[in-house]
Amino acid sequence: MKKKKEIVEELLAQTGENGSGQALESQLGESDTFKDKMKRMASSNKLAVFSGILILLFILLAALAPVLTPYTSEEMDLLARLSPPSAKHLLGTDELGRDVLTRLLYGARVSLAVGIVPTVASMLIGVFLGMISGYVGGIVDSVIMRLADVVLSFPSLLLAMVIMYTLGDGISSIFIALAITNWAGVARVVRSETLSLRETEYVEAARSMGVKDFTIILRHVLPNCIPSLIVLFTLDVPSAILSESSLSFLGIGVQLPNSSWGLMVNLGRTYLYNAPWLSLAPSAAIMLVVLAFNFLGDGLRDVLDPHLKDS
Amino acid sequence: MIKSIGKRVVQTLIVLFCVSLMIFILLRIVPGDAVTTMMGEHANAETIARLTAEMNLDKPIYVQFITYIKDICTGDFGTSYTLNKPVTELLAVAFPNTVKLALLAALIAWVIGIICGIVAAVKKDGILDRLFMGFSLLGVSVPVFMVAMVLQYFIAYKMHWVDISGVKKWTGFILPAVALGWNSAGSIARLTRSTLVEVLQEDYIDTAKAKGLGRGAVILFHGLRNAMLPVITMMALQISSLLSGAVITETIFSINGIGRLAVDAITSRDIPLLQGTVLFTTVIVIVGNLIADCLYTVLDPRIRKGA
Repeated sequence: MKKKKEIVEELLAQTGENGSGQALESQLGESDTFKDKMKRMASSNKLAVFSGILILLFILLAALAPVLTPYTSEEMDLLARLSPPSAKHLLGTDELGRDVLTRLLYGARVSLAVGIVPTVASMLIGVFLGMISGYVGGIVDSVIMRLADVVLSFPSLLLAMVIMYTLGDGISSIFIALAITNWAGVARVVRSETLSLRETEYVEAARSMGVKDFTIILRHVLPNCIPSLIVLFTLDVPSAILSESSLSFLGIGVQLPNSSWGLMVNLGRTYLYNAPWLSLAPSAAIMLVVLAFNFLGDGLRDVLDPHLKDS
Repeated sequence: MIKSIGKRVVQTLIVLFCVSLMIFILLRIVPGDAVTTMMGEHANAETIARLTAEMNLDKPIYVQFITYIKDICTGDFGTSYTLNKPVTELLAVAFPNTVKLALLAALIAWVIGIICGIVAAVKKDGILDRLFMGFSLLGVSVPVFMVAMVLQYFIAYKMHWVDISGVKKWTGFILPAVALGWNSAGSIARLTRSTLVEVLQEDYIDTAKAKGLGRGAVILFHGLRNAMLPVITMMALQISSLLSGAVITETIFSINGIGRLAVDAITSRDIPLLQGTVLFTTVIVIVGNLIADCLYTVLDPRIRKGA
C-alpha cells in the first residue's frame, strides 16, 4: 500500500498544483496506512501502548522462566510449607513448599498458550465459514448461520464442559473445546463484513473482469477484514484465558502435573483462609493479563475499526 | 408484528432441536463405550449391561434419538445413577436456587450498571466518568472466582458479616450475587454510557432543552428512553453469561443450584444428569432470548411497524 504522502505528491504532480497539499491530505484521511493508525494510537492512547508492552513482558517472563528463577516449578522445601511472601519467596510457598512465583511463571506458559492457540483456531474456522456464508449466500449462508446460532445459544462454559467430557482431560482438549465455542462470534462479524464488501465497486469490477471467486475472496475481501480480525483477536484472547481458568478452577481443565493459573487458584482455594496468596496471586495474574488485552483491544478498535463497537 | 414474532418462534424451535441433537451427539461419541467411561474400568459386566439397556444404548442410534426427543418433550430427563433420583426431580430442587441467585445478581448488576452508565455519560470525560469506566473495565476483566473468593475472604471470613457458604437465610445469597453480577454490571455500565453519549448529541435533545424541560427530565425521558434498547438486548444476552457464571459461584459458595449439579455430573461422569442440566439451562437461555426479542418488537415502534 502506498503511503499517504506519496499519493498526495503524485496527485499534486498530476494536477500541476503547488502547495503543501494539506487539503488533499486531509481528504485522504480515511486512507491512513496501518502504520499511521498505530502511530495515532501510540500518541493518543498511552494505556493501550502500556498494555501492549505488559503483554510482551508476560510472554517474555513465561519464556525465560527457567533463567529468571532459582527454583524449579516442582522443587519442594518441606520446611517452608505455606510460608507467606518474603524476600526468599516473593509470593510465598504452597502446601508442599514450592515457590509460588516460579509456579506462576511456568503456569503462564500454559495460560497464555490456551489464550492464543484456540483463539487462532477459532479465527481460522470463523473466517473461513463467515466468508463462505457472506459471499456465497443462499442456503449455505442459512445453514452456517443457524449452526452459529446453535453454538451461541449455549452458555459457553457449559458447552466447553460438555466438550471436555467428550474429549477427556488434557490441554489439547481445552484447545478444541475453546475453538469450538468461540468460532461463531468471529463468523458473524466476518460474514457481515463480507456482505458489505461484496457490494463494493472494486469487487464488482473484479467479478466483471472474470476473476475467480476464490481469488476475489483472497485478494479483495480477506485483506479488508484484517483490521476487524486484529481487534477481535485481542478481545477474544482474554475471554479464552478466562474460560480456561474457569474450567481449570472447576477441576475439568488443565490437570496435574501440568499447571495453569486457573488450576493454581483451584488448588490454592483449600488454603484460602490461612494462605490466601496461593489463590490470590494467580487470580491477580489472570486479571492483569486480561485487563491488558482488553485495554489494547479497545485502543486498537478505536483506531482500526470504530464501527465494531456496536456489534 | 405477529408475523415477525411467529417467524422468530419457528427459528427458535429449529435452534432448540439442533441444540438437543448436538448434546445427544456430544455425549454419545465419547471415545470407547459410553457406559464404561461413565462407570470406570472396574465396573462389573452385569452393571454395564443393565445401564446400557436402561440408557437404550443397545438400540440403533435413530431409535435412541427418537426416544431421547420423546423423553425431553415429556420432561423426562432420565435417572441420575449417582444420586439415584429422577433428573427432573433434582432440577426442580436446584432450579429455584439458581433463579434466586441469578435474579438477585441481575438486579444488582443492572441497577448499579445503569446508574454508573448514566452518571458517566452525563459527566463525560470528568473524574466520575473515568472512575466508573475504570471500575467497569475491572468488572469485565476480573474472573468471577476471584471476586467470589475476595468477598468470601474479607466480608465473610474476616468481618463475619454473612455466612461463608451455604444459603440458610436469604442473606446468604448476597455475596454470591455480587460476585456473579460484578461482570455484568461492568458491561452494562459501558454500554449505557456509550449509547447515552450518542443519544445526548441528537437534535431532539436540544429541542427538549429549548422547550424548557429540566435537565433530569431530558436525560431520563428523552435520552435514556432512546438509549435503553441496546441495553435491554444486552440484558437478555446476559442471562446466558449469568447462568454460566452461576456454575462457578454456586461451586464456591456451596449453593445447591443447577450449575453445581452440572459440575457434580461431570466429576462423577453421570451422563443423564449432565445431559439434563445442560439441556435445561440452554433451553432457559434460548427461551429467555426469544421473550426479549418479542418484547423488543413490542417496545420499539420502528421494529413493530417494520420500518
